[in-house]
Amino acid sequence: MPNSSFSHTQEQVLVIEPGRSEKNYWADLWRYRELFLILAWRDISVRYKQTIIGILWAIIRPLLTMVVFTVIFGRIAKLPSDGSAPYALLVFAAMLPWSLFSNALSESSNSLISNANLIGKVYFPRLIIPAATMVTAFIDFLSSFIILIGMMVYYQFAPSWQILLLPCFIILALLASLGPGLWITAINVKYRDFRYVIPFITQFGLYVSPVGFSSNIIPEQWRLLYSLNPIVGVIDGFRWCILGGNSPLYVPGFMLSLAIITFFLWLGVSRFRKTEKTFADLI
Amino acid sequence: MSDIVIKAEALGKLYTIGHEAQNERYLALRDVLMHNARNLWNKTKDLAKGTPIIQGDTMEEVWALRDASFEIHRGEAVGIIGHNGAGKSTLLKVLSRITEPSAGRVTIKGRVASLLEVGTGFHPELTGRENIYLNGAILGMTRQEIKIKFDEIVAFAETEKYLDTPVKRYSSGMCVRLAFAVAAHLEPEVLLVDEVLAVGDAEFQKKCLGKMEDVSKTGRTVLFVSHNMLAIESLCKKAILLTDGFTTPFDSVGSAIAEYLSNISDISGEVNWDSPEEAPGNHQVRLKAVRIVSDGQVTATPSIKQDIEVQIDYWNLENNGRRLISLHILNAMGLVLFSTANYKTASLTYDPWVNNKYPIGLFRTTCTIPKFLLNTGTHSITLYINGTMATDNIIFKQNVISLDVQDDPDRLEEYSGGWTGAIRPKLAWKTEKLE
Repeated sequence: MPNSSFSHTQEQVLVIEPGRSEKNYWADLWRYRELFLILAWRDISVRYKQTIIGILWAIIRPLLTMVVFTVIFGRIAKLPSDGSAPYALLVFAAMLPWSLFSNALSESSNSLISNANLIGKVYFPRLIIPAATMVTAFIDFLSSFIILIGMMVYYQFAPSWQILLLPCFIILALLASLGPGLWITAINVKYRDFRYVIPFITQFGLYVSPVGFSSNIIPEQWRLLYSLNPIVGVIDGFRWCILGGNSPLYVPGFMLSLAIITFFLWLGVSRFRKTEKTFADLI
Repeated sequence: MSDIVIKAEALGKLYTIGHEAQNERYLALRDVLMHNARNLWNKTKDLAKGTPIIQGDTMEEVWALRDASFEIHRGEAVGIIGHNGAGKSTLLKVLSRITEPSAGRVTIKGRVASLLEVGTGFHPELTGRENIYLNGAILGMTRQEIKIKFDEIVAFAETEKYLDTPVKRYSSGMCVRLAFAVAAHLEPEVLLVDEVLAVGDAEFQKKCLGKMEDVSKTGRTVLFVSHNMLAIESLCKKAILLTDGFTTPFDSVGSAIAEYLSNISDISGEVNWDSPEEAPGNHQVRLKAVRIVSDGQVTATPSIKQDIEVQIDYWNLENNGRRLISLHILNAMGLVLFSTANYKTASLTYDPWVNNKYPIGLFRTTCTIPKFLLNTGTHSITLYINGTMATDNIIFKQNVISLDVQDDPDRLEEYSGGWTGAIRPKLAWKTEKLE
């Protein structure tokens, strides 16, 4: 059945003009969903083909960091946990969204540069490239999620109904990284040295964000200010889902984090779209 | 069926190129610091404003495409020809939406696919099978389409045995075959193709040309960029000639090619570079002049009856280097008729300089092309000047000069038609009465 897929579709008319913003940009993005999936699949399959420990790598890193943090913050500094939750579980419940966020951020920030050959040679909505990296980060997240289940079994810690809301917070973590990721990857096309910002953010952020400690130990008057870091809201949400009533959600702070995430997402998408058409000339 | 599929109106594309100031000599560290600080300040300003920054001290604006207007009808195969840098690739990039035009507008009806490179996005770690799906998706095919055509693609590429081998283990020829096979099975309404036939062995190129011909016969619109005039002529009926970003549409491919060839270079018989700084070359050798001499006269229109001398004048700027000169002679279609060099074993008359160490000075090397070797018509010459080894290239200049070989009026009296063939040697003939 030759040409079948074309003859039925209404003939589209494409107008190319300088500065013309795509009217059906989002529809176009939907039309290229297969490319999105296949690029995500490529990244994952290449990742697990090149390394023997592939999946293990995604597990070992957060696991070891969790052990170190539990020893330093829980045993040595003797910081309090949330309610009756084991300290290790408190740390790992934050380690999960943190590594999801930092992996997604660093992958998406470098995505355009590492796909430079595609950008110069074919057209597709460029947003697909950084968006596809979210899937890779999510797969890594899933493999380290297995550890969480193991730990919950070990500590005999039963989750409550809040765990059902976890998918919402996973999406929130991805959106939190997508916003800055889009912005940085667009700047990265022009100024290659911007990529050095990423390791700094991911390293610095690990200590600034409440990963090794509970955000409940932050003095009340600083709590709202602390929530300006959008990851605080994501981590609190994860802890609330996983540890249940032991870690109640600080609602004003969470709303603030949510607003910041939305702002960065808007900023990222709008900066990205503004510069998108010049990528091929600059890359 | 002759409705307009692509309509370009006053299309333009402006590139801004930055140049580093060359004459500025830094006298002190302070100057260097000042310069860098000023640069940093300018870039920060650009960053804050969101304007693209340009490296360099002075900016130059270059219109890669200006005022390009043309119409292409459904089912036409149109060749795009022009010199290097005339804007062919820029035009395709604008039409395929890879880059945005700076002026004008294009209206395209139907689905567009562009093939600017063979094997875009191939990943060496993935198997042949996986790469077919990946590359297909990148070129705009749906998974369903690829599935339907999968066997056809594999058969065309002749790589059945290696489907589950990572592409990094493929030979480069296999890689190209697989990549082209995917591209050849694209079925958009408008197909934009850049110089992609320049890869693969001769046999495969022929197969690809055949496939392209089929595509244009099925009523699809094809825009085809190539330096290979033979390919353009056999595939396309119409052509667009690009000169310095300006477009001239032609209704017949033949007249477009003739026009292209006639301005291939200024046809004066001599090219001069007066100042060494602007001449092709580097600190070792600079070109001074290249000229065609026939019958003692500098001419771009030598007669087929006379020996043709190609004189190359060049400054040698470095002591004790070896210099090897070689030429490629191309005919109007871009076919290399032959190559020649002044190596000891490759030349008819021994040129002792070839084994000597050159002192600094001005030199002239002359190559004589015997009479009755080239056919009539336009030829272009590619010049190579190499250093100690043939791989150590100093000057490589395509189309350094061109010549238009004139027919012998006496021979026209006997037979006035054209002589088929790339060359037209005079050979020994005799007839004997045997019985």
